[in-house]
Amino acid sequence: MTSGFRAVRGGVGIRLDADEAAVLHSMASLVLELLGPAEDGGEGGADSLEALVGISGSAERPEDPVLARLLPDAYTEEGDTEAAADFRRYTEGDLRRHKRENAEAMAAALASLPPGGGELVLDTGDAHAWLKALNDVRLALGTRLEAAEEDGETRVRIEDASDQAAAHIYDWLGGVQETLVQALMGARRG
Amino acid sequence: MPTAPAPVELERPETREDVRPDVPWVTIVWNDPVNLMSYVTYVFQTVFGYSKRKAHKLMLDVHHKGRAVVSTGTREEMERDVNILHQYGLWATLKRDT
Repeated sequence: MTSGFRAVRGGVGIRLDADEAAVLHSMASLVLELLGPAEDGGEGGADSLEALVGISGSAERPEDPVLARLLPDAYTEEGDTEAAADFRRYTEGDLRRHKRENAEAMAAALASLPPGGGELVLDTGDAHAWLKALNDVRLALGTRLEAAEEDGETRVRIEDASDQAAAHIYDWLGGVQETLVQALMGARRG
Repeated sequence: MPTAPAPVELERPETREDVRPDVPWVTIVWNDPVNLMSYVTYVFQTVFGYSKRKAHKLMLDVHHKGRAVVSTGTREEMERDVNILHQYGLWATLKRDT
């Protein structure tokens, strides 16, 4: 089992076995699936100008609670509905793209590992992509498991084997992310 | 990734000079059961350049009080901050300070 991230020269390192790398890779894919395909507007057509000026996004808050948590409203005060819609229209496309790139960077690094697993070294840029991608995965799993704080502890709702598996991965990812934060904080001090 | 979103159109035309310094806008981060405390601290340090001490105190405010104002400024600046915090997965909103 991995001992997590540690600071190394030029960035952070982690040793992963094949199973751990596979879990991380499938979680990155999960986020990419949630975010949907890139809206590049490459086909031309009526929407391409909107895409060009970056307002191709929807003004609607996503109905799926997981997606709504990954792409939250910026304005929530009473009477701010229009401002929330405008902000989303202008920024959601970029936010989706940013999150997609983080998950893709994570998947690409994992794909570079040998089949049996091994040592991965990430420069600071990739480390930050991983940091955000890991957090997006945890937000997705945590929202699906209806994570809530009770008496200072986080509890999740587990009803079946699928929830159990998700909760196990959620806990494990929390540990991995914690080591990444500590490694980055250590590198900053150094 | 641009760090500054296109400014949202305002109902009342408002220039930077029109924003009175005594009524700035604020960025609020809300408590969240998923984000790690260390992560939130690290994000405040990284995004705002706050000292670890200040970032840690803000994180504790979020955790214990349910939310905290993490930055103040013009509407455009706060929209930029919210956008960056959303990139990090923090639950952030902005509003006019009252």
